[in-house]
Amino acid sequence: MAKITYHTHDDKTQTIDVQNGLSVMEGAVQNDIPGIDADCGGGMACATCHVYVKEDWLDKLPTKEDGEEDMLDMAYEPKQNSRLSCQLIVSDGLDGLEVTIPEKQA
Amino acid sequence: MNKTDVLIIGAGPTGLFCAHQLGIIGLQCEIVDNLDKAGGQCIELYPDKPIYDIPAVPECTGEELTNNLLQQIKPFNIKFHLNERVEELKKVENRWHIKTSGNQEFDVAAIIIAGGVGSFEPRKFPVKECEKFEGSSLLYSIKDKTIFKDKTVSIFGGGDSALDWAIELSNTSKVNLIHRRDGFSGAESSVQKVKELNDHGKLNLYTKYQMNSVSGNNQISSVKIKHDEGETKELQSDYVLGFFGLIMQLGPILNWGLNINKKTVEVNTENFETNVEGIFAIGDICSYPGKLKLILSGFHEGALAARGCFKYARPDEKLRFEFTTTSKAAQERLGVKK
Repeated sequence: MAKITYHTHDDKTQTIDVQNGLSVMEGAVQNDIPGIDADCGGGMACATCHVYVKEDWLDKLPTKEDGEEDMLDMAYEPKQNSRLSCQLIVSDGLDGLEVTIPEKQA
Repeated sequence: MNKTDVLIIGAGPTGLFCAHQLGIIGLQCEIVDNLDKAGGQCIELYPDKPIYDIPAVPECTGEELTNNLLQQIKPFNIKFHLNERVEELKKVENRWHIKTSGNQEFDVAAIIIAGGVGSFEPRKFPVKECEKFEGSSLLYSIKDKTIFKDKTVSIFGGGDSALDWAIELSNTSKVNLIHRRDGFSGAESSVQKVKELNDHGKLNLYTKYQMNSVSGNNQISSVKIKHDEGETKELQSDYVLGFFGLIMQLGPILNWGLNINKKTVEVNTENFETNVEGIFAIGDICSYPGKLKLILSGFHEGALAARGCFKYARPDEKLRFEFTTTSKAAQERLGVKK
């Protein structure tokens, strides 16, 4: 279990207990956090679960697979701290992670 | 007006197999899809990637699955209407009248929506002013490449479309290729070619840059790009092209009076009919308790929805359950009866 904090573009913040093994994307979808569409269902094929990760977490996350960086080319306003939240699998080590959801995903 | 029993919206695996199920029970159907080919997400998102959970098929690619399904429905000579999006529908007595983006019209007894997560549309630039130039000097696809001759074209993106067009247009236009990182997702041979052209001054490559703004009156005159480190450059440009792949949009389906929940259409699990009589939804686009977004679930949903259509298409007949192994009628429809 890890506490994940989601900042949405309307400046709301929600902190959710997400079970280990779920992705940060699933944590958002199951809790109706707006802005994570996850159209492809976690297949790294759509970039609609794109999030910005709080800078000090970047090094602590698993590195991106090639496919993730390719998909981020398609994301809305990608930045250095962009990740696909479907690729961030929750574990105790992610306790306290903060992500910001882009203004829109399309 | 195309008159048939059922219109299937979406030519992905679910829509294709549903056409088979309609054919087996003796109903006619036609299929509309917004893409230029059949296969849906299997063809558009993962043609070469393996799928391991199609019953009795240990491994196949999205393309192989699509080809096999097309082969399986061949006996029914189903008519496809590709590059068409369904725009309007209207109930006329017991029938549905449908109009597509290409002004095709249909008169059908029932509609099956197998639209996945909606129709594929180009992903756009996040910069607001881009809308003003869209369709004239800012484009997301190329229909007529001759318009770029002797012009300056700024191309954004790092996939195959961006690379291929940059290479092609560099013959007759001044090309800027802008991508947000040093790596590219397009083919390695194209990346090498682009780098060569850049070294020889035939093309200007800007990596780690993204669009900052566009300016111009009726036509674009320049585009400003911004480096990761913050530095900006202004590039004189007659045309701006964006190749960021496709995004899925539910589109006009939202206006048909269906119960929509999180981009999906609510259905019953008896025959996958929606809250509107005569409109069914199957595959990724439908939702019900326990729904799994698997291709195999779409097949099951299609088999039941096809039978659900029967009472609308043949109100005076009763549908008998039969196996293809033994049914003479089904085998005749398949053209295999000895």
